[in-house]
Amino acid sequence: MLKINDLHVHYGGIHALNGITLEVPENKIVTLIGANGAGKSSTLKSIMGLAKTSHGTIQFNGEEITGKPTTHMVSQGLILVPEGRRIFSNLTVEENLFLGSYLRKDKAEINKDLNWVYELFPRLKERLWQMAGTLSGGEQQMLAVGRALMSKPKLLMMDEPSLGLAPLIVKDIFNIIKEIHRKGMTILLIEQNAKAALEAADYGYVLETGIITLEGPGKELLVNDQVQRAYLGDHK
Amino acid sequence: MSLQTFLQHLVNGISLGSLYALLAIGYTMVYGILRLINFAHGDIFMLATYIAFYSVTTFLLPWWAAFLIAIILTALLGIILERAAYRPLRSSPRISIMISAIGASFLIENLAIVIFGGRPKAFPIAPIFSKILVVGDVSISIVTVIIPIVTAIALFILNYIVNKTKTGMAMRAVSKDYDAAKLMGININYIISFTFGAGSALAAIGGILWGLKYPQLIPLMGIMPGLKCFIAAVIGGIGNIKGAVLGGFILGLGEIAIVASSPALSGYRDAFAFVLLIVILLFKPTGLMGKNSAEKV
Ligand SMILES: Nc1ncnc2c1ncn2[C@@H]1O[C@H](COP(=O)(O)OP(=O)(O)O)[C@@H](O)[C@H]1O
Ligand SMILES: [Mg+2]
Repeated sequence: MLKINDLHVHYGGIHALNGITLEVPENKIVTLIGANGAGKSSTLKSIMGLAKTSHGTIQFNGEEITGKPTTHMVSQGLILVPEGRRIFSNLTVEENLFLGSYLRKDKAEINKDLNWVYELFPRLKERLWQMAGTLSGGEQQMLAVGRALMSKPKLLMMDEPSLGLAPLIVKDIFNIIKEIHRKGMTILLIEQNAKAALEAADYGYVLETGIITLEGPGKELLVNDQVQRAYLGDHK
Repeated sequence: MSLQTFLQHLVNGISLGSLYALLAIGYTMVYGILRLINFAHGDIFMLATYIAFYSVTTFLLPWWAAFLIAIILTALLGIILERAAYRPLRSSPRISIMISAIGASFLIENLAIVIFGGRPKAFPIAPIFSKILVVGDVSISIVTVIIPIVTAIALFILNYIVNKTKTGMAMRAVSKDYDAAKLMGININYIISFTFGAGSALAAIGGILWGLKYPQLIPLMGIMPGLKCFIAAVIGGIGNIKGAVLGGFILGLGEIAIVASSPALSGYRDAFAFVLLIVILLFKPTGLMGKNSAEKV
């Protein structure tokens, strides 16, 4: 569904991505793990057209989308839940969800998706009129995911959805991700929480300072020595 | 002071406050979305009055058509201003775009002197705007009454657009977070153009009403009202539309109060805005309705 080939991203003199090749097949969860500063967010931003791709190609459902504006990606069903949630704190919860469906015209389907989001996140439904900025961190993450679902994603990309959340809530979030996947959603998940991500994923990539150093099925990476040492702690 | 003099001053104050509010909103809307003080906004206001002037005097249009055309053309000029002077610099350091705003202001003022001439022109006033209303012992010009009514209608429409429409929601989202707004599929450029168009249309309405009340046009007529309305926006809390309206009314009513309290003080009416600005910023640095949020980077 998504094919990235030899992707390079520069910020001024910083070479953040140094030739990344990866693939996300339909109906799978693929994860990209790596330490802080490895270039995980840059990969997603470049896919969405928020960071400039200096070299390489990005294909989505067979269409070359490299260099197209972000609106185009969104209209094609390429949706990102950004790092740090980035909800609109000055808008109500309901308005945030509504903005998720900004480009859509299929009223009936929008309502169906809205009900699905309420089902997944009953707490959002109780807080529709509240300013999004007054939500707790966990609720804000739920809102960010709910808002993305309102965009009718074909491929849902999530950038560290568990960042800064309490362990119990992290568990909730991962359960939700699995639940969304069961409905047939293709997911590209970025995490520093490597264990949870690899357990949930069909396939994983390990990113180190702009280069993919390892890849394989999630279960295999979980027991890989290098991954264990670097990302899972050495206690197994 | 007798009751009817008081009422007369009050109506005048509300009327002037309305004009300031209409102009102040443009500053606050643009600041909210671009974090830019649009120094050319007062000049946009001036252009609206000249467009209305030429529509009536040269093109012999009826007043309502002239006003409509002035509003539409001024909105377009605001959009063009953003395209030409601000968009190319959007990712440059903030100081560059500010200098560009100052440059655009000088350019418009001097072009206006060249094209329209420096000599004052008399704004053509249709007979229906020169009537005097007499209510009891109070007699007021009809324009003084029309101004707050038109302002109220304009504010109502603006409030509806900002709070109830998809575009308004997108405006609020863009003012918070460009990238997150893009991730919703929002076209940032369209929203910014829309904001400039709406702010300039309000300035045009303000300019036309201004011309009806103070019917003398000069190319530099936008400078002082522009400066005062920028102050009104800051006093109310820049970025906040309701704050700009509040600031506009405080300035308008305050100025008239000074003139009314003693004719000797009327020479200081322009200084009032600046003194008030200093006092309010001393006690409330973010303005009356401003939030203490950190500056957006
Ligand atoms: N806007 C930016 N300007 C300059 N450097 C950046 C920018 N964004 C990221 N970087 C740099 O690019 C590298 C990769 O960052 P990022 O993709 O955010 O990593 P990760 O998401 O894996 O933590 C880092 O060295 C970071 O400092
Ligand atoms: Mg990151």
